Amino acid sequence: MSLRFALRHARREGRSSVRRIGLYMGAITLGVAALVAINSFRGNIVEAIRSESRALLGADLEVHSSRRFPDPVQGILDSAAAAGVPRSTVTSLPSMARSPVTEMSRLVHLRAIEGDFPYYGEIGTDPTDAWGRLQEGRHAVVEATVTAQLDIAVGDSVTVGEAAFQIIGIITSSPGEVSFQSAVGPRIYIPAAYLEETGLIQFGSLVRYQTYLQIEDNPTLQDFLNRYNSVFEDNQVGYNTVAEQVENLTEAFENMTRFLGLVGLTALLLGGVGVASAVHVYTKEKLNTVAVLRCLGATQRTVFTAYLVQAAALGFLGAAAGVILGLAVQRTLPNVLGDLLPMEVSVAVDWLAVVAGLVIGVWVASVFALLPLVSVRDIPPLRALRRELEEVPRRFTVSRGVAGGALLASVLVISLWQAPLPALGWVYAGGIVGTVVLLWVTARLLMRMTRRHFPKRARYVIRQGVANLFRPQNQTAAVIIALGFGTFLIATIYLVQRNILEPFTIDSGAEAPNLFLFDIQHDQQEGVADLLREHGAPPLQLTPLIPARLSAINGRPVDEILADSSGPVIPRWALRREYRHTYRDTLAPTEELIAGEWWDTAAPTTSGLPQVSIEQDIADELHVGIGDRVTWDFQGIPVEVEISSVRRVNWARFELNFFFVFEPRALAAAPPTIIAFTRIDDMQQRANFQRDLVRQYPNVSVADLALLQEALESVLDKVTLGVRFMALFSIASGIIVLFGAIATSRFHRIREGVLLKTLGATRKQIGHILLTEYLTLGTLAGLTGILLAGLSAWGLVRFMFELDFHLPSAPLAALWLGVAVLTAGIGLLNGRDVLKKPPLAVIREIAE
Amino acid sequence: MIEAIGLGQTYSSGGRPLTVLKDINLTVEAGGFLAIVGPSGSGKTTLLGLLAGLDEASSGTVFVDGVNLAGLTEDERSEFRAGNVGFVFQTFQLIPTLTARENVLVPLELLGVNGNALEERMVELLSHVGLADRLDHYPAQLSGGEQQRVALARAFANRPKILFADEPTGNLDVDTGHKIIDLMVELNRDFETTLVLVTHDPELASRANRVIRLSGGQIISDTRNGDK
Repeated sequence: MSLRFALRHARREGRSSVRRIGLYMGAITLGVAALVAINSFRGNIVEAIRSESRALLGADLEVHSSRRFPDPVQGILDSAAAAGVPRSTVTSLPSMARSPVTEMSRLVHLRAIEGDFPYYGEIGTDPTDAWGRLQEGRHAVVEATVTAQLDIAVGDSVTVGEAAFQIIGIITSSPGEVSFQSAVGPRIYIPAAYLEETGLIQFGSLVRYQTYLQIEDNPTLQDFLNRYNSVFEDNQVGYNTVAEQVENLTEAFENMTRFLGLVGLTALLLGGVGVASAVHVYTKEKLNTVAVLRCLGATQRTVFTAYLVQAAALGFLGAAAGVILGLAVQRTLPNVLGDLLPMEVSVAVDWLAVVAGLVIGVWVASVFALLPLVSVRDIPPLRALRRELEEVPRRFTVSRGVAGGALLASVLVISLWQAPLPALGWVYAGGIVGTVVLLWVTARLLMRMTRRHFPKRARYVIRQGVANLFRPQNQTAAVIIALGFGTFLIATIYLVQRNILEPFTIDSGAEAPNLFLFDIQHDQQEGVADLLREHGAPPLQLTPLIPARLSAINGRPVDEILADSSGPVIPRWALRREYRHTYRDTLAPTEELIAGEWWDTAAPTTSGLPQVSIEQDIADELHVGIGDRVTWDFQGIPVEVEISSVRRVNWARFELNFFFVFEPRALAAAPPTIIAFTRIDDMQQRANFQRDLVRQYPNVSVADLALLQEALESVLDKVTLGVRFMALFSIASGIIVLFGAIATSRFHRIREGVLLKTLGATRKQIGHILLTEYLTLGTLAGLTGILLAGLSAWGLVRFMFELDFHLPSAPLAALWLGVAVLTAGIGLLNGRDVLKKPPLAVIREIAE
Repeated sequence: MIEAIGLGQTYSSGGRPLTVLKDINLTVEAGGFLAIVGPSGSGKTTLLGLLAGLDEASSGTVFVDGVNLAGLTEDERSEFRAGNVGFVFQTFQLIPTLTARENVLVPLELLGVNGNALEERMVELLSHVGLADRLDHYPAQLSGGEQQRVALARAFANRPKILFADEPTGNLDVDTGHKIIDLMVELNRDFETTLVLVTHDPELASRANRVIRLSGGQIISDTRNGDK
């Protein structure tokens, strides 16, 4: 019976609760919209990956290595081909492409193709038959960026290394490729038959060898892998299958969208805070109604249920609107995230996401309403007789404890549900709760401080404005939380993005390099240096580079270490990766010796082995230190060295850094490729130098660091676009909560303003009172939000991205000012009725 | 119908105990009309609240219709009120967000009355108080007297055995006040309800068949008027 009444009463009271709490449900709407949009889109991505799985790899098996396949592997691949398995090879490397006509050049990603790749899906070109004609001659199919930047068109020729190709088509689509890759190195496809002619494959070139096989039957593929897996592993050759590709891609995009979902979830939780604050005020207004209901015989549970049902019903309306908005927003997501996706994703409704959005929306609205609603239970029926009855002091009760516990548990469960990793869910939930608690504490402190240190001697309008901060029915806590949270979010995203970009910012100092030359062969360094001098560039900083793989530590072969499970665990990547070493006489400016001695002062090793210096982190990973011996495989030549010093390296600087630096005599016999940094200020001069360099030394590649930085920025922009897009929801949600909080206190302010006006206050005075109040709130909330953002951004930058942290003061100050002005603006906007209208009109409006 | 034995109430005010009622012993017969009078602060409203089970007494017990209120839980007291008690307040205490019709329905719905019976009873009551044409008006759209008439209709909705009224005419002009009292006495008679009324108004008190006077939290006089 009581439930029936509770539902009926909830429906009737709904008319007024919609007016009072409805605005806040807009914040729930935004939160649910963000979640539904991203989670439904995640369903679409997963579906697209599944349905296009084979096209994404282009084959059933891809085998790759950074050097030519060793004989055992090549043997396996050859015999598979001989047995009739369709096979294609792709050999790719960075190179310079040059137009013989316009004389312009650009760093590109060259891919030499042999065979009918891709076996699944297709590479779309304009004209459409270009891919099919690629193998028919000295043809090239290129990305649009190449023709645009070299100022040429289809039909023109392009030179790569020492060979010229005719461009027969532009790539319009290629599954499995992410479009922003082309910002760094746009692709040029050529037939593998002509790769040799380019002369680009030289010792030390950054080549990637791939072979694609079409083995349609899954059992056969599995048999093949079972049989040869160990051969691939032993020869450090990697492979990808469609299933693995699907798993990796699915996981990557699940993680990405789940992370974006977390950003969206913030909007919902912020809405929850708004609901809690609105319900708190709402229940205060309902004290009398509740007391009368209790007099008439309603039980505590009945009145509590009646109001909880109202919150849940409004939550449902908000969430339902959120679902509709979310599905609309989902349609825009391909534009926001499209550049990060390796395929076209068609938008469709994911019903699971819709239902989850509805449930979470209603749940958040209800659970946040719970805590303020618990106090409804404590309203004594006697209050109907005695209005002056003191408010029951807030004390801890079991029901309050349960409500608080349910709230915290809900935040945690929803965070864990949405987060890509449980750890991130915990950190997120902790961060959200911590931020809200800190903002709340700030608000309480503000109220206490203004009450204690009340500016008694200040002008009347100031005193009145400050007093509004702690008077009954104030909205100080809600405004500070909403504003502070919004500011916190904006500032954190800005600070993290800015700090990630910081190391890539090209130093404008006269000494800093702006050109990066690589793949210079040993015998070309003199010539390249001469050419640089001709173009007025300062002397080269040359760095020799020699690739090598680890073959043994203290005489123990790597395979043995990997097979041994009893010793210290050394990560596989650290043992198997290809290292690029250098040798030199001195420490670099980014390095600092923390143990041992450099070879200019160190005594020769007792073993007589050449010395090597190791970076501290990799030393930890490999569990080695001074005195340990390491054996390297330099393209088949074994070289054993002894560790004689440990360095700390500042990786955050955009410079070349190395895990291992060798004593020069150790590598005297191995031919290095050279990389070099230089600086040419004038843009035209820089272009001329590149042109001459590519003409004389076609195998040498040159990257314009300014262009590279631009490309990096654009990539980072695309990555952060999603984050910023989702953050928009939280900011909008914050503004709604802010509006709501201010509007909730509007009636009190108006009543007070009208009274003041009746007593003779001018509009200017009332305006000043409002301004004082809201400017104080805005200033303090903004400052708290920015300080918290500084803290969280520092944590993210320092520990997640492992970069140096800088705090840019000017933009933050601007944000602070903006927040204060915005708050004051919204406050004055809300009070405009008092300012404009004559007192009587307002009194009538309130009476209605 | 109502029996109070050794009833006392002490509140804590500013950290010090404040005794509002002391050792009240009182019996009200079924169908009676009791007026409680006395100066402000004499404990009238507190006594009313205790007799109606709105609060727990510091000492003593109250039996209403044979039920010991002190032996009931908070929820049991609520249910007891829903079935047995009606209220009329000085400030009417209509729920501002509900119409006249809905305000009257509240006690019936709390009792779980359903369907046609619900509507019929509501219309009957509002007709009885002369507001059959104002069913869908909100309290703010009604005059003070009309609001109190709705409150009366609400108070009688659950056919209470006892009606408690706290200064029911206190916020009304003299004429309207008279009309309300007439209506209350009439309803009292029609529905055979016991009536307990707190008032300042000597004229109103004179219409009761028994008047107790409180001062300093104690009964200082208990007089019976002639039959009405």
